[in-house]
Amino acid sequence: MSKIRALIVDDSSVMRKIVERSLRQAGIDLEKVVEASNGAEALGALRDNPVDLVLCDINMPVMDGLEFVRQVGTVENAKGVPIVMITTEGSESHVVQALSSGARGYIRKPFTPDQVKEHVLPVLEKKS
Amino acid sequence: MNAEPTTAAHPRPESWLPILELSAQEVFEIMLGCQVEPVKEEENPRNTEFTAMVGLAGALCGILTVCCGSEVAGKIATRMLGPEIASSEGQVWDALGEICNMIAGNFKNKLAGMDGRCMLSVPTVVTGGEYSFHSLADGDSMSTVLLFEGQPVTVRLELHS
Repeated sequence: MSKIRALIVDDSSVMRKIVERSLRQAGIDLEKVVEASNGAEALGALRDNPVDLVLCDINMPVMDGLEFVRQVGTVENAKGVPIVMITTEGSESHVVQALSSGARGYIRKPFTPDQVKEHVLPVLEKKS
Repeated sequence: MNAEPTTAAHPRPESWLPILELSAQEVFEIMLGCQVEPVKEEENPRNTEFTAMVGLAGALCGILTVCCGSEVAGKIATRMLGPEIASSEGQVWDALGEICNMIAGNFKNKLAGMDGRCMLSVPTVVTGGEYSFHSLADGDSMSTVLLFEGQPVTVRLELHS
């Protein structure tokens, strides 16, 4: 698999670091990691930074992850970019909302690096 | 961990303490790579130098708090970030807030019938032990003390009736 540019969206900077570390532990070769602390910031970041993968929390201030997923298609750079949700919101209705809005995967916190691998690799393989 | 208690087996809040304990234990085990066990509260008094809070609203309404000493909070941040990253004061608050958030999320996800009907607030962290906590939650409350590297971490849930 080629080098990946990833956008990690979470209002917790600690969690963004953990997600990045988990991606590396999953064997994903990260060329570039862009961070954003909410959905609105992430939309702005995508306009300037084309990426291959987005990992996104749901509960965030300003713009939550579900709204971000709904709006991401408005960013030219981001059309077709796979989004995997990583969130404490583990209910079936949240999963359904996220997937029906366009997310390709869903990881519940707390999560292991193996779970990140299990959910992210198929998404990247499908994209390539 | 194989045990997976839910409200189907424990329909009343007064029997939810094992679910809360399991929720916290799983977060520590998965995110920090360490096992924590409940201990007697009277032998391990609560240290409130750091208090993280997450509100619950909807079908389950109340507040979940995680209290610990500053040394413990620092160790939690170091465990989460890894020893190679020096944790700043802000990252310590952030780490404890995320632990609280994950315990609250894990807890509500284990409660049968709560599907999508309970929302969590973003976490808040208070530092400094000289404060009084007045929750307006008027229902059941439960708390557990877990020993993390020999020091207490108190997880408390207060519910509206």
